Amino acid sequence: MNIDKKIADDLVANDISFVTTVPCKQLAGVIEEIDTRDDIMHVPSNKEDEGMGLCAGAFMGGKRPAIIMQNTAIGVTINTLATLTQFYRLPLPMIISYRGELREPVACQVEMAVHTKALLAQLNIPTYHFHWQKDVEEFDNILKYTFMCNKPVAILTDANFWGGYGDQ
Amino acid sequence: MIRSEILKDIAPILRDQLVVCNIGIPSQELHAIDDQPTNFYMLGTMGLCSSIGLGLALAQPKTVISIDGDGSVLTNLGTLPTIGNNAPSNYILMIIDNGSYGSTGDQPTYTGKKTDLAGMARAAGCDTVIEVQDVDTGPALQAAIDSKKATVLVVKCDSGNAKMPVITLDPVVIKHRFMEAVKA
Repeated sequence: MNIDKKIADDLVANDISFVTTVPCKQLAGVIEEIDTRDDIMHVPSNKEDEGMGLCAGAFMGGKRPAIIMQNTAIGVTINTLATLTQFYRLPLPMIISYRGELREPVACQVEMAVHTKALLAQLNIPTYHFHWQKDVEEFDNILKYTFMCNKPVAILTDANFWGGYGDQ
Repeated sequence: MIRSEILKDIAPILRDQLVVCNIGIPSQELHAIDDQPTNFYMLGTMGLCSSIGLGLALAQPKTVISIDGDGSVLTNLGTLPTIGNNAPSNYILMIIDNGSYGSTGDQPTYTGKKTDLAGMARAAGCDTVIEVQDVDTGPALQAAIDSKKATVLVVKCDSGNAKMPVITLDPVVIKHRFMEAVKA
């Protein structure tokens, strides 16, 4: 299964037409795939809270948004998640590379990984963890759930899911 | 002029447009001067006014005016390259630059010293950047709307705030009526 293609297919099937990204090596393939889709407007952002602002505006303008980012950015987006996305009840699928998990080669990444689920739980953000490639089969349901409940929803995707980190 | 005097001046122009208004006293002032369903008031999240407005302008064809401040733009400077490289023709970022953090007690920002926001916007790739004095805001804003070009309008004015009540509208109500106005 090509998980990059499956993720992009599910985004399009769920009418998600605005995607913002801050890249991660693990996410390079899915970002490349999104750029091939005419149905998706891709606007890269410089920081993840900025991206969440873009998504809020896009949603109010009638487009379903999504953000693709690293888990390290949970540390810089808590205020935005609480006071914008949650306070105004805006739906936002967050496709997050879960750095610092199994098969991670960079020790510093583990320092945010150990806080990631705790921070998401503290924020009462529904959180799903993709560890095996077959877990992506749930993605379509998660997108439907997100736009049903008007909440930010986190999909953590670790190195094992992506088939390892580079040469590791 | 201070910001609230500018907002009173331009209220008749803003009334017909989609407006995303910055957190704190700017939103309180606009709400008190001329509350409209076409106004989206930020109740929190300093820095993201320009980003919300840009996302809105990219998603639909009506003109969008983000009313931002110098302090808030400085806290989200990454917004300027994103605007410079993506802003559609229906987007206007109006930065009311009073050289101070108005909502927190008028502490000075760097734009009152050596930092030039208009220059930064140009360097970030924004093609149409106009700097005006407070008294010229109305005609400059109307010209930006009429030009149908993505515009960054930097309005230089005095520091100071009008005493206005806190907005008690529920955020979901603000969002809902705004989205209805966007669709109308």
